[in-house]
Amino acid sequence: MLAGDMLRFRRIEDTFRTCCRNWGYQEVRTPTLEYLYLFTATGTLTPGMLSKVYSFLDWDGWSGERVVLRPDGTIPVARLYIDNLSSQESTRLFYVTNIFAFEGTGKKNRERWQCGAEFFGGAKFAPDVEIILLAEDVIRKLGIKNGKLQLSHAGLVKALLKEFKLSPAEEARMTDRILEGDWEALTRAKTTNPEQERLTTALLGLKGKSSSFLRNVRASFPKASPDFKSSLEDFLSITTLLDKLGCSYEIDIAAMHGFEYYTGICFQFAAGGEKIGGGGRYDKLVPLMNGGDVPACGFALYLDSMMRLLTPEKKKGKSGMLVKGKEFTPEIVEKCFAVAESLRDAGYPAEIDFTGRGESDYRWVLSVSGKETAPFVLKDCVRRRQRRITSVAKILEVASEG
Amino acid sequence: MKDDQAGGIKFALPKGRFLSPTASLISEIGLGFEGYGDETKQYRLHSARFANLAAKILQEKDIPIEVAVGNYDLGVCGSDWIEEYLVKYPAGPLIKIASLNYGEGDIHVVASAQGRITSLNALSARKDDCRVVSEYPNLSEAFALSLRMRRFRIFPVWGAAEVYPPENADLAVLWGRSRAHLAAQGLIPLGELFPVSAYLVANRESLESKDLSQILTCFDSKLSTGPQTSMEHELVICKDFKIACPSWPTKEINLALPDGHQQAPAAQFLKQTGLTLQGYSDGEVHRRPCADLDWLGIKVIRPQDMPLQVANGNFDLAITGEDWLREHLCRFPSSPVKKLFGLGFGTVKIVAAVSREMPVNNIDELRSLVQSGGFTPLKVASEYTNIADRYIRENRINPYKLIPTWGASEAFLPEDADMLIDNTQTGKTLEQHKLKVLDVLFQSSACVIANKDSLASSRKRDRIKFLTKKLRAGLKQIENQNARGKNTGQK
Repeated sequence: MLAGDMLRFRRIEDTFRTCCRNWGYQEVRTPTLEYLYLFTATGTLTPGMLSKVYSFLDWDGWSGERVVLRPDGTIPVARLYIDNLSSQESTRLFYVTNIFAFEGTGKKNRERWQCGAEFFGGAKFAPDVEIILLAEDVIRKLGIKNGKLQLSHAGLVKALLKEFKLSPAEEARMTDRILEGDWEALTRAKTTNPEQERLTTALLGLKGKSSSFLRNVRASFPKASPDFKSSLEDFLSITTLLDKLGCSYEIDIAAMHGFEYYTGICFQFAAGGEKIGGGGRYDKLVPLMNGGDVPACGFALYLDSMMRLLTPEKKKGKSGMLVKGKEFTPEIVEKCFAVAESLRDAGYPAEIDFTGRGESDYRWVLSVSGKETAPFVLKDCVRRRQRRITSVAKILEVASEG
Repeated sequence: MKDDQAGGIKFALPKGRFLSPTASLISEIGLGFEGYGDETKQYRLHSARFANLAAKILQEKDIPIEVAVGNYDLGVCGSDWIEEYLVKYPAGPLIKIASLNYGEGDIHVVASAQGRITSLNALSARKDDCRVVSEYPNLSEAFALSLRMRRFRIFPVWGAAEVYPPENADLAVLWGRSRAHLAAQGLIPLGELFPVSAYLVANRESLESKDLSQILTCFDSKLSTGPQTSMEHELVICKDFKIACPSWPTKEINLALPDGHQQAPAAQFLKQTGLTLQGYSDGEVHRRPCADLDWLGIKVIRPQDMPLQVANGNFDLAITGEDWLREHLCRFPSSPVKKLFGLGFGTVKIVAAVSREMPVNNIDELRSLVQSGGFTPLKVASEYTNIADRYIRENRINPYKLIPTWGASEAFLPEDADMLIDNTQTGKTLEQHKLKVLDVLFQSSACVIANKDSLASSRKRDRIKFLTKKLRAGLKQIENQNARGKNTGQK
């Protein structure tokens, strides 16, 4: 990333950190190098994602234990929670991290950055709504326009899939396809039950705009399975609360992809034609990692996608000063270093110019001459005026007056 | 290759199991590669029928990679090695054209009849770590992932995967002629990944841009029109396969003995130590020989695999080559494997060699040539990839590219590689291939290696001491005999 990219990166990171802290989340960091087995168990990453991890034998890998460059942010944080924090009733954690996945097209980065937050423990549906609103808060504060929130429900999808009465192997394959985004596979799957076909068509063909849509589904399909009904009720509780809090969204059952660990609500954020984040509930992940029966939910915002959508901040001129020597003699260079140090000590960023360039991004440009009587000329590039100054104290006084 | 410069077509032909049927096919369709047959001693062939067609005979395992990197336009090799490549690099430039309708057996997933695993369902549910041994590490990993195994470790081996379960692995992924053939080895076939048959393969870019039509037309009538096999195919699950199997009780000390070239001298040496072994002599491949010591378990495996197998505690002691020990230590510097003593037989030199035509006589001159832009990059073929990698780095040669081979690296020079790092006994092979030695990296002989933890174990120490004392005594006896022979000769 170049300097401009880093400014955008830090803007997102700072906004995300501030929002998370305001919502009561605490920052954590996990290792870049993790053990492969953390990610291979059922209910963690899909086979498609696992085929793209960077895994290798460590220097002590004669035991055959493979390590990976972290391919996902949530699983390591879940491990960190299990190992260190599981005695707490509920825990809110956030992180800014890089993840690694092979990218064969050469068009995307193999190292990507995520801002993520996870909520471990707590009652159902309220934490789901909290993480959605927290993610929305970050997106809004960053000024990203036309953001779209899409909701789906993994429990609903799994219940739907169960009704196709596939063999365990076929069901696993179908789940993999759906998680890779191939929803057509579900419509291609044959079912002998016309009610099931009607339900699948309705859910895949319609997009709800409020919790009323789910109420309509509930009323239209009274014979749906108990699992389906239970997931629908959960989905309804979340959407009803979101409606009351004025959060707009679209219900799109196909807005669920990528992670096998989701069990309840799933959501994704899109803006400018790009997915900028996603998350959901994953109640089985912590138990699967031998961490006790702790429900959890979380989200991640994709820094690389969001960076492209940030509007540039208005150019005000860099704060601080550019210190230029009138000539490049040892005496003048020494004075430049001395005055720059005094400015920095007083809290002003001060860059010394060794190139004699005329243009500058700084509002203030301080010329240093070798003269005893008027050693400095301070130029205000915003107001386009300049004045001779005799002391560092006077420079600070003028600059602080603005 | 000159043929390439002239727009020629390069064909990779297999050695080994598919040599004979491929030679018959090539002869039948009239490609004109005279001299390709069981008796062949040469690596390079020119077609008597097509002026622009040349071939090289390669190890079958090397063919998918060589075709993928574009050194060859077309090739013939088994579906197992193709899938081993494609499962890792599905979007790579290796294209399967069609099956050639000959081949044998399947790639099986097996467990030992003495182990606790009897079905694939048991594997998915299993919470314990699962050790998988295989010559096909990529296929094994794909299999483990598709089965959603919770925790697994893959141990790549050069061969003899069938001997590892149940003590040293829970599963093996291997080629087997039939289920009955596996059962005869005390293995339960749990599933079949796909059948193994010979395939015609091509490089994607060659297919897209070169006119290969004349050659492909020759194959036309021999190509299978049936469905192609791949890892994507449904796993065939074997159910209720019950077999009788001899019992292998756990032993206190485990020793690994080498197969292949090292077997005859190792058997000879052991005979001289007074250790009575049944099933380990010259020409006899019995994977579990018996010793007259009831606490000693013995398995015959590849010398290349021994350091890793000793490091992970599967064996306490092994007889292997110093070259393979060094290769292992280059990869795992803190490995708990230790050389105890050399055995003096199987001596080879590990050398860096280049074509006689190359205008350099030592490694320093080669460095200068590479620095002056003579290669982009220097291609180094070696079966000792870690030794080669370290040697090139330590000699500050840059840029370079390592080409891993499965032996016979001399076949790669000069067309497909610029330098080899390989072993040589007499130097005759290098001479025959018009190569010259730039540097001798080190000399290697057979040696006894041990696991450091086993040596420190109070439970094992005395037994190991007893055994190594016996081996050392045998060695001393041989040295004395040799010295006497020398003296007699001098008189």
